[in-house]
Amino acid sequence: MNLATTITKKEIKSYFNSPAAYIVLVIFLLLSGWFFASPLFINNQANLRTLFGIIPLLYLFFIPAITMGLLSREKNTGTMELLATLPIKDSQIIMGKFWASVSLIGVGLLLTLVHFITIMLLGTNVDFGAIFCGYIGLLFLGAVYSSIGIFASSITSNQVVSLIISFFIIFFFFIIKFFLFFVPDFMVGIFQFISIDYHFSNITRGVIDTRNIIYFISLIVLFLKLAQISLENRNWK
Amino acid sequence: MISLKNLTKDYGSVRAVDHANFEINEGEILGFLGPNGAGKTTTLRMITCFLSPTSGDIEVENMNINNKQIEIKRLIGYLPEHNPLYIDMTVYDYLKFIADIREISNFGPRIKEVIKQCGLNGVVHKPINTLSKGYKQRVGFAQAIIHDPKILILDEPTSGLDPNQIVEIRELIKELGKEKTLIISSHILQEVQAVCDRIIIINEGKIVADGSTEELQSAFQNKTKLILELIAPESEIIEISNNINETSILSTSPLNDATFKVEIEYDSAKDKRAEIFNFVKSKEWVLLEMHRENISLEAVFRNLTIEGGEK
Repeated sequence: MNLATTITKKEIKSYFNSPAAYIVLVIFLLLSGWFFASPLFINNQANLRTLFGIIPLLYLFFIPAITMGLLSREKNTGTMELLATLPIKDSQIIMGKFWASVSLIGVGLLLTLVHFITIMLLGTNVDFGAIFCGYIGLLFLGAVYSSIGIFASSITSNQVVSLIISFFIIFFFFIIKFFLFFVPDFMVGIFQFISIDYHFSNITRGVIDTRNIIYFISLIVLFLKLAQISLENRNWK
Repeated sequence: MISLKNLTKDYGSVRAVDHANFEINEGEILGFLGPNGAGKTTTLRMITCFLSPTSGDIEVENMNINNKQIEIKRLIGYLPEHNPLYIDMTVYDYLKFIADIREISNFGPRIKEVIKQCGLNGVVHKPINTLSKGYKQRVGFAQAIIHDPKILILDEPTSGLDPNQIVEIRELIKELGKEKTLIISSHILQEVQAVCDRIIIINEGKIVADGSTEELQSAFQNKTKLILELIAPESEIIEISNNINETSILSTSPLNDATFKVEIEYDSAKDKRAEIFNFVKSKEWVLLEMHRENISLEAVFRNLTIEGGEK
């Protein structure tokens, strides 16, 4: 078995061994359900657009919470020494943690399929393509935020600090679309490209463009690489 | 088997390990001794590839730590200081996790052996955070030996345990030491003396002594102190040193009216005990007790580490 998978298994077990994962999932579902259901009959449209609108905002709060402990707790309790002296590469540790976080997000998204079923039962002309793409987009978005969270977790042994750092990095990518209005014309293109919402909304429209996918993947690779570098740099603590 | 060449480690401007050189041979039980903050843990962390040296080299079985880290880590079983554990796991899950990372194929029979060897029978399915400190230490041992490593590195394995637990853990260490190369770090002399065949003393990052227990003792201890309890007239006790060559009385103190405690020093190379006994007999004094004080490593250690500190 791949060593990263062993780490993933361990982290998923530890998520579900404590009440934390359940609390996160329940609140995530309650909030997303509320924001999805309350305008459903007013809009009178058989799609999940409201859901796809609210989940990125919920991510902003939930993903720092589920990733904050992944590495900083290991540093804090000293188990990092144990892990780092086992025959496993730092990159495998990082990947294992990353997949654990993505899996938990996947479970959350899977549970929101109940809304999809509602739509299917109530509505006609459901655009399956758009919904499928929307979920793909949400999964990628969750993966990007997870990699940011893991990077934040790798640079500190304090979980609260990790939470705050990842919140602000994610917030930066999240908020940047609102600044498009203020930047000079020639920079709009750059800002738009950096904005995570630009790429995400492209996907939810039902178009999976390689440019958007490449954007997501490069962010994931960037932050996981940074996390790996910070982990390898433990000599100075 | 393990060789350190000019190993140096700086933390910023602080030099934690200063040009350490030594070799450890296969099957040796090495005690790594030094006061707190001397650089023991840092050295062990470099051997286990947790930290990288600022300069110098470490080779384990002719593999360099710069390019063979994974292979070296496979050879080593390591119990870090303070014994970090995933405390929310059960003992079984924890050992299974370690075994999975170490890719142990015969996990079933192996875990049974390890559990028996470490005396973990009753607690296998308990969460680690419910265990006592002694049991946690055993779990740490189990983790370190689960892959039957050639080299076992234990960083202060008995610190914080009660005397009974310390005895148990020492037994375990002796048992394990029969077939493995073992490095034990400690700031407790008796511990190292009890289990190790070779001792390295480190102070302020420098190696100040290296040798077997006996070698270190004889190198630094040239005077023997003999303690007597006598029933004798006080004024005549001084005659012992007057009548026997090369002995000197360090002190005489009354225990009660007629009994005195006398400390005598002589050159370790020339045993004076028989002469002293015969002299006491000829005087018809009553000898209640006579023993040599084991200055032992304690003094050696003090000498080396405190002198070093004053420089």
